[in-house]
Amino acid sequence: MATSATLPARPAPGARGFFSRLTNGDEIARLITLAFAAAILLVAVTLVWQLWVHSSLARQKFGLGFLTSSAWDPVDDNFGALPFIYGTVITSAIALIIAVPLGVGAAIFLSELAPQRISSTFTFFIELLAAVPSVIYGLLAIFTLVPLMRDYVEPALKKSLGFLPIFSGAIFGVGYLTAGAILAIMTLPFIISISREALLEVPVEQREAALALGATRWESTWQAVVPWARLGIFGSIFLALARALGETMAVTMVIGNDPNIHASLFAPGYTIAAVIANEFSEATGDLYLSALVGLALVLFLLTIVINALARLLIIATTRRGSAHP
Amino acid sequence: MTLRNRWRKGLSYVMLSLTGVCAVLAVSILFLILGCLVYNGWRSLDWNFFTKLPKSPGETGGGMANAIVGSFEIVLMATLIGLPIGFMAGVYLSEFGGKTFASLVRYMADLLNGVPSIVIGIFAWTLVVVPMHRFSGFAGGVALAIILIPITARSTEQFMTSVPQTLREGALALGASQWKTIATVVVPAAYRGIATGMILGVARIAGETAPLLFTSLNNEFWSNGLTQPTASLPYMIYTRALAPYEDWHRQAWAAGMVLLVAVLLANMAARLILSRGIAVQK
Repeated sequence: MATSATLPARPAPGARGFFSRLTNGDEIARLITLAFAAAILLVAVTLVWQLWVHSSLARQKFGLGFLTSSAWDPVDDNFGALPFIYGTVITSAIALIIAVPLGVGAAIFLSELAPQRISSTFTFFIELLAAVPSVIYGLLAIFTLVPLMRDYVEPALKKSLGFLPIFSGAIFGVGYLTAGAILAIMTLPFIISISREALLEVPVEQREAALALGATRWESTWQAVVPWARLGIFGSIFLALARALGETMAVTMVIGNDPNIHASLFAPGYTIAAVIANEFSEATGDLYLSALVGLALVLFLLTIVINALARLLIIATTRRGSAHP
Repeated sequence: MTLRNRWRKGLSYVMLSLTGVCAVLAVSILFLILGCLVYNGWRSLDWNFFTKLPKSPGETGGGMANAIVGSFEIVLMATLIGLPIGFMAGVYLSEFGGKTFASLVRYMADLLNGVPSIVIGIFAWTLVVVPMHRFSGFAGGVALAIILIPITARSTEQFMTSVPQTLREGALALGASQWKTIATVVVPAAYRGIATGMILGVARIAGETAPLLFTSLNNEFWSNGLTQPTASLPYMIYTRALAPYEDWHRQAWAAGMVLLVAVLLANMAARLILSRGIAVQK
């Protein structure tokens, strides 16, 4: 992705004089496309503005206490975001714990070991996996993953690790753990394809040097190649995290819809995106709606921070990669 | 020492095999998904699915003709709004963009790309549903267009910047104005890439459900134009899968298969177009 090398030096807009540019249409074309580019800016600013305005009721009533209150009582008009923030963070954490080792492992295989043909075929399939709509993941999760978790995985975990509070309690099939598992499957393609690109950026000398010193293939990979690409790999993880935090449909279908905090991962819970999806179109009362928009604002801020971090890390590796050809 | 070496070789062998297992696992997920959907969807799919309206809960039979048409309308509207805006913005970023403003637009486009689709849904709700006082297919189209614009802008920009500068210089040296150069040289050189980005973007929005939840909502009947709540395939899958009726589950599988096949075919077509094209650097 070393686009910086191919970035051409463009003629300065004023180079040929404004009026000659106006008569031959250049200036008009520039202004028209500029207007469309400005539209993107306008959309982004309006988005933030609308979220801010439409959550004003809840922000005025609850203030920052909105983030730490665990009440969710539409009848009493008392709202707090904590159970949803908790559910969002927990499910995303489960997703990363499962998906990161799998994804990085697969990326190492695709970049270091697999022959070119296998690597590109696998990458093609993995990119298709990223294109599957999230409602389809939800559909499959309801009818295959939920019974699997309820009948096999969760009882087995309870039996072996049941002394831990996170693996105790009643088993429903739906809940944090199932939502985390489906999120792991959904974020896996992002981790694989971006980590793979980061690993492919590593110069071949790095591998050769390690091997020449007598390292085994794995030692060379793990101690010379992976550390070189670590920023890109972290970037892919942050990107996956941002996807997991904002993922709506699949999670909504298997999270269990319970606005309370539970220690057990088997228990049904709720995430920010899921509660908005379930309750927004039926919310009655301005404060209720405003609280839901407030949740959307929290989610928005959370994802842009994580996305910005991801982008910084990915840019950092690409830069460094191109600085050492 | 030999023991240690043997351990190191063994470890290398084991760990490298494990990475292979990871890759095979990841790819097999796709085939599991496909297999499961085709197995369940094929049994459920019949001609009625494409031609009949949904039946009320509990009754068997019926189809999703309204959702198929509704999805098509909503996506078409999003495409008509989103692709031109995204394309023009991409042309600006690649050909006319200065330093500060262009990078600001780029940053905002990336930011919009990262916004969860449910938040885009709320945004479209505040823009269209609140002033119109009702859910409508139009609002759904706007929501999807908002997702499509930054995707198209960034991919168009990416493929246009990778057109070699010498092509532009050649055209300018022949006396063509800048916009003529762009329209007759740069865009044609990059059109395969641009088209690929557009198809991938449309395929992405065609499967989006969350932005439709409180914009186009759902409709069990034919919607009377885009100012009415409009049924769509993703939304239908969502409601059918969660409902407690056996026959609705069957419909959900059928709809899931149709949607997935459409999205994956579009993806493969897009990649095919790109791979057949001139060597545009990615």
